[in-house]
Amino acid sequence: MSRSLPLIGFLLLVGLFGFGIWWNTRHDPREVPSPLIGKPAPEFSLPLLDDPGKTVSKTSMLGKPYLVNVFASWCIACGEEHPVLMAEGRTLGVPLVGYDYKDAPEDAKAWLARHGNPYDMVIADQPGRTAIDFGVYGAPESFLIDAKGTIRYKHIGPFTPEVIERELKPLIAQLKQEAP
Amino acid sequence: MNHGVPCRSALGRDHAASGSRPRALLQMLFALFLAFSGAANAQAIDPLPFKDHAQEVRFQNLTRQLRCLVCQNENLADSNADLARDLRHEVFGLMQQGKTDDQIKQYLVDRYSDFVLYDPPVKPATWLLWFGPALFLLMGAALVLATIRKRSRAARIDSRLVDNATIEQGDDW
Repeated sequence: MSRSLPLIGFLLLVGLFGFGIWWNTRHDPREVPSPLIGKPAPEFSLPLLDDPGKTVSKTSMLGKPYLVNVFASWCIACGEEHPVLMAEGRTLGVPLVGYDYKDAPEDAKAWLARHGNPYDMVIADQPGRTAIDFGVYGAPESFLIDAKGTIRYKHIGPFTPEVIERELKPLIAQLKQEAP
Repeated sequence: MNHGVPCRSALGRDHAASGSRPRALLQMLFALFLAFSGAANAQAIDPLPFKDHAQEVRFQNLTRQLRCLVCQNENLADSNADLARDLRHEVFGLMQQGKTDDQIKQYLVDRYSDFVLYDPPVKPATWLLWFGPALFLLMGAALVLATIRKRSRAARIDSRLVDNATIEQGDDW
């Protein structure tokens, strides 16, 4: 028994380190979990990118679920995500709200004109102040908000068709059942 | 303007682009130079209108306890990232409103989770983190104790055997 003790210790360490490697390949250690899930979305009131005279607020969006997608023209990963949103955005069954984050309006407009606009509406947060309330720390990030204005889901990083299929669509179906 | 805000591209790509070793070293030095000059710049271009020196010290202290979410191995005070600058302004603004350090921390935790704190709070989810090392120390101590006991027991048996042997020898003689 006592002779096999070092071997057991060694195997335990192998197991521990192996788990660490496995865990890190499946989880992004830079991903910050959002404490806002299940909590009311922060109050916001932001101008439309195309019509800065009009604002969209949390109150004006109450009543049905919607998906907020934080993007910016300077964000490369948003370019990776963009074709996915172009292809799947309309099939989600909820309004897709673009959240233009810390971006010059002209840049964002040019970017959308060049790559196509998957959004039902685009709100602009040039100073990035409201984004702090949402706990945004980069782009892309996406928030699914239900009819009562509660954040139900957050995705950090670009959406892929798999993530949309596996995580987003079942949740949207559930939200629509709650508030038809 | 937005150079400091992360864009979630595949981070690995930058690493793949490193050239031969001396060149890579040069690039690294250059990056270091940029990083430091950037940090110096950040303080130069980011002057906040503090009321007095005490408030500035308090601000520096507080932002040093907060993690930059973008760079993560930097604190909020030192980071040159765009978001870090925004959050510094946020902290400054909250200070002007008369919020205490704890209230400001809570404000950030509400938005970014405990992750923003360099010192995670003691709670059930972090018990292992806080008390894990003590646990390992206890496990080690138990192991050492068990080994010592076993050895001393073995030594006692050994010495008894020796005693018996000498007694037997004495009988023989």
